[in-house]
Amino acid sequence: MIISFLLLASLTIIGTAAAMSLKNLVHCVLALTLGLVGLAGLYLQLGAQFVGFTQILVYVGAVAILAAFAIMMTRSADPTLSNATATFRTSGAVVAVVVFAVLAWAIYYGTAHQPIFTAQPEGSVGQVGLALMHHFVLPLEVIGLLLTAALIGAGILAMDEHRGNQ
Amino acid sequence: MSPLTGYLLLSAFLFSIGLAGALTRRNAILVLIGIELMLNAANLNFIAFWRYGPHPEALTGVMFAIFSIGVAAAEAAVGLSIILAVYRHSRTTDLDKLNSMKG
Repeated sequence: MIISFLLLASLTIIGTAAAMSLKNLVHCVLALTLGLVGLAGLYLQLGAQFVGFTQILVYVGAVAILAAFAIMMTRSADPTLSNATATFRTSGAVVAVVVFAVLAWAIYYGTAHQPIFTAQPEGSVGQVGLALMHHFVLPLEVIGLLLTAALIGAGILAMDEHRGNQ
Repeated sequence: MSPLTGYLLLSAFLFSIGLAGALTRRNAILVLIGIELMLNAANLNFIAFWRYGPHPEALTGVMFAIFSIGVAAAEAAVGLSIILAVYRHSRTTDLDKLNSMKG
């Protein structure tokens, strides 16, 4: 349990840290895919199978591919172009480190005396499906509507204006 | 250290990496990816609190994570198409050079 958590956590940390620090943007997206796979493994280890599969399907399958296409279509993949980090990179890094320090302090002292329920909960795909169809059916419809509107809007935004008017 | 603390620390680290990327990178696509990483850190918190919380049979943490993933997917699609539209207009995705809203 501990060993698998450490393996998946290091995979996630290495992948995401590389995604945010590499110079070539295509390498960044590949490293991001690695980190998201590690995160999906963590969800599966926590017993949330449906969320783990959704993570692989949505993030690894769709969002990473979409980002790779956007990078290739905007010619950002050439590392000789301005892909270096910004001028205020030290201040940004300092802000991130301070945020992590405050969060870690709060987590460490906040969860020290919490009771821990270690019984493995039942979160199978079938139960999630039943809950989506019974108790959460209205939010499901709303998110379907939101996704439809967002994807139609994204298509219209990305359409070439000059070719679209002809 | 309890397992919950480990997951929460990992989530805080993921959030900080995403924040550092969103603050320091100059390419708009990587800033968007940093924001996605911060959303993923929140999802990991939901699942960890659901797993180690007192009422896991209610499935609320799982449901929140599922809907959050859906909203994040919509956000990524709209954000990337906005970046494509901006690139077609100004031929760059460098945020330091995109300093006018009308051009």
